Amino acid sequence: MTKGGALPKGFERPSNSGSQEKYEEVKPSTKSITLRISKFNPEKDHAPSFLEFPVSYEKWTTVLDAILEVKNYHDHSIGVRYSCRQSSCGSCGMIINGKPKLACFTKISELDSNIVTVEPMNNFPIIRDLAVGFERMISTHKRIKPYIIREDSEISPGTKEFLQTPEDVEKYIQFASCIKCGLCNSACPTMATDSTFIGPQALAQAYRYIADNRDQGKDKRLKIIDERHGIWGCHFAGSCSQVCPKGVDPAMGIQLLRGYLLGYRK
Amino acid sequence: MMSNIMRESHIMKIHYLTALVAVGFVIIHIMVRVMQGFSDSLLFDNVIANYKSIPYAVVLEAMLILISVHGFNGLRIILLELKQGSTYENAVTYGCLAAMIVLIAYGSRTIIMASMGMV
Repeated sequence: MTKGGALPKGFERPSNSGSQEKYEEVKPSTKSITLRISKFNPEKDHAPSFLEFPVSYEKWTTVLDAILEVKNYHDHSIGVRYSCRQSSCGSCGMIINGKPKLACFTKISELDSNIVTVEPMNNFPIIRDLAVGFERMISTHKRIKPYIIREDSEISPGTKEFLQTPEDVEKYIQFASCIKCGLCNSACPTMATDSTFIGPQALAQAYRYIADNRDQGKDKRLKIIDERHGIWGCHFAGSCSQVCPKGVDPAMGIQLLRGYLLGYRK
Repeated sequence: MMSNIMRESHIMKIHYLTALVAVGFVIIHIMVRVMQGFSDSLLFDNVIANYKSIPYAVVLEAMLILISVHGFNGLRIILLELKQGSTYENAVTYGCLAAMIVLIAYGSRTIIMASMGMV
């Protein structure tokens, strides 16, 4: 480690640092919370129930860490989907203390509560406990053709890559950060009532490709979203943008898409 | 299906436009009403006189059409969000369209009859 550089968690720089630096390990100050986990097997149960477990945590412990501790040492049967543990794969979306969040991206210490309740995401069918089915979201995502559509290809012989200016990239780059975790669809009030609504995730991705100047599929995508349960179902509650862990703003994307359909954006 | 005849964006353009124009006509309506005292404006003879003024009758007819189109389309949107299914959706769409036509026809009949002195 370089002198004056960032220290790993759990270490602090001594005040009387001389030529030979010594680092003292900070003793963990273990606290504990009650973790309430929703248990529901649609094949057996009529309604969800909650199991409660005491879990100790440090300031860096995430909700996913706590769930996995319970799964490893208390109840192996808990159903939870996870993979990367670094908010990149979008697998561990769930309702944490009433709000849709990624379990791997939510520290218990930040929740400021002695009771942490985890439930499966809203607006998704429950497979078991905290794991939900993504079929509807993946199907709407595919429907909007989430890829560059154009006649020629940059991999054809004799062609070059399609260059973009930073301004061109700026128009869509935040929407390219979507990890398909489904938190926006879980928070959307229209998704709760309209079972055929296309959803903020797919609409944001439609904007991502329409705003990309390499793409030529604008008319096709606008036709797909301009239907009875398409873009016009959005009431602009904005909850999709509020819960996105990657800083994507689907609500803004939807309003920009409406501009194309109403004719004030070209 | 109505969505086959008109794209949803065309319906929504009509929806937004009718709202904006209706607000304009309602402002005209309120401004005309405040030109005389509130209690006087509700007297039977004054109300009938409104209909006999052709420009004012046109304003009332325009308000009737604009608010009916906007209102029934809004009702259609709300009902379509509550439940889904092609039979239900077609019933709601054509039901709202029929109710809108009936209301406009009945309201127009009242305006025409009053302006022609038939009431």
